[in-house]
Amino acid sequence: MVNENRVEIRNLTVRYGKTISLHDVSLDIPRNKIFAIIGPANSGKTTLLKSINRTLELESGSSVQGNITIDGREIHEIWNVYELRRRIGMVFPLPVGLPLSVYDNVAYAPRMAGERRRKVLDEIVERCLRQAALWDEVKDRLKNLGTMLSGGQQQRLTIARALSHSPEILCLDEFSIAIDPVTTMRIEDVLVQLKEEMTIILVTNLVQQARRLGDMTCFINKGRVVQVDTTEVMFSDNPGNQLTYDYVRGVFG
Amino acid sequence: MAIPQKKITAANIFQWLWKWIRQLCEWFIVGLIYLCGVSSIIFVFSIFYFVFREGAPFLRDCFDFKNFFLSPEWYPTSISNKRYGILALLAGTGSVTIVAMLVAVPFSLGTAIFIAEFCKKKTKEAMKIVVEILAAIPSVVWGFIGLMVTNPLIVKLTGAPIGLNALNAGIIVGLMSVPIIVSIAEDSIRAVPDGYIEAAEALGATRWQTVYRVILPAAKNGLLAAVLLGVGRAVGETMAVLMATGHSVNIPFNGEFPYFHALESVRTLTATIVAEMGEAPRLDAGMNGSFPAEARHYQVLFVIGIVLFVITFVINTIADLAVKGIRQKKV
Repeated sequence: MVNENRVEIRNLTVRYGKTISLHDVSLDIPRNKIFAIIGPANSGKTTLLKSINRTLELESGSSVQGNITIDGREIHEIWNVYELRRRIGMVFPLPVGLPLSVYDNVAYAPRMAGERRRKVLDEIVERCLRQAALWDEVKDRLKNLGTMLSGGQQQRLTIARALSHSPEILCLDEFSIAIDPVTTMRIEDVLVQLKEEMTIILVTNLVQQARRLGDMTCFINKGRVVQVDTTEVMFSDNPGNQLTYDYVRGVFG
Repeated sequence: MAIPQKKITAANIFQWLWKWIRQLCEWFIVGLIYLCGVSSIIFVFSIFYFVFREGAPFLRDCFDFKNFFLSPEWYPTSISNKRYGILALLAGTGSVTIVAMLVAVPFSLGTAIFIAEFCKKKTKEAMKIVVEILAAIPSVVWGFIGLMVTNPLIVKLTGAPIGLNALNAGIIVGLMSVPIIVSIAEDSIRAVPDGYIEAAEALGATRWQTVYRVILPAAKNGLLAAVLLGVGRAVGETMAVLMATGHSVNIPFNGEFPYFHALESVRTLTATIVAEMGEAPRLDAGMNGSFPAEARHYQVLFVIGIVLFVITFVINTIADLAVKGIRQKKV
């Protein structure tokens, strides 16, 4: 019997030096669902994502306690951390186009994984750019530098890049802050399709986005999980927690 | 409504004076800064002017492009037949620079990448201090090392008749240009935005893949500038080269197989100037306005100075164009 939960986080505590940015967090992230994480600034949302793909280790002064398992496997015991990161797509809040052409940006991860066949790469690039709603805008200038695209286009380029290695888990960290509403809606539609294939963890500042997309929603405040529940319950008139109620109604603070 | 008149009191006059003094100070400082900025231009032009003035009579009277640049015969002190061909000297400078860059570029780029990306903080600090010490060693000490350490080593290892040759000087000059290349290359690698590295790591790139595919392309302007500065250092180096090359007029290139014979002694442009300037008299023109034959030696050394000037100018221009070319490709 397949475990329903793709990612299980148990008693995760993350410290940066003396400040504790995540307090004893335990979460179950279900398979093939969109798991939305909301919460005010500086509440540890990004840290949570970074500890899942272990890029947190690259930051000096951070220490991690607790367990994270993906498909029942403890990630800190995975010897080949690069293999782990290739299974997880990550989109950062600020667009970071690598200083390569548009094509190479998307083909970067598959190439690193050893794919050399031109035809396969072409297919991957086109599919990913289409999924990120960028193909029509850049199909004539795939050879241009990715860093010369506009901010919103670069952000979609990073989404395409995150999809390029066919991740099993896609982490989106406030992906929509640099994109106009129309494009955001198009990408949101894509995300809904994508959850057939992968598990999506969506960190967002936009409460309404979590409401539109999330199957489950988790509210984090000051490094602690306040409430996790289905999105209907979280956004209902009676979520069962006063803080959640205040936050989703915008009267928080 | 009457405008209130300011009374002329001592306090008011003092205030008014103070204002003007402050304004004058302001102008004075702005002028001073302006002067400092302009002075560097003036210095460069005046250096060029004086070097050119000393070399000009030679250029006017006996300069012949073919004999000067394409003849390897350098006999400026011959009694009967003075010949001024700098081809051998150019070849000497070229050969030393080639060897120096072959030594310096891989070493210093490797060091820069290691310092910037791979090592721990403590190692990093230690490495930086060591590299800075390398930069502080005077060039005559480097020449001494070339003379006493690498010279016998080269004889032992290669069986060359003499260890003072292009290879020796190249190694010494290469090591001398390592610190300058390392510090600029490291700066440009560190200037690569952290976001690039983070993004590449999140895509599952290993450390080396990140360096090779992301950091080096992003830093290539700075790396190119670093290497060209190293070339400039190698071309301009004098003392160490004088001591380590063997100082014999010789072209180390020919049609035979290795084409470049690094184990032959050479002589560079800079070393020629420093070695011969002391014995070349500066003579004035005679009554009829023509110079005595002995005066030419002094003048031709200044012409070599002009040639060095032109070489550095060309290197800088190439660097400039290359950097600009890379920039334009982005658009």
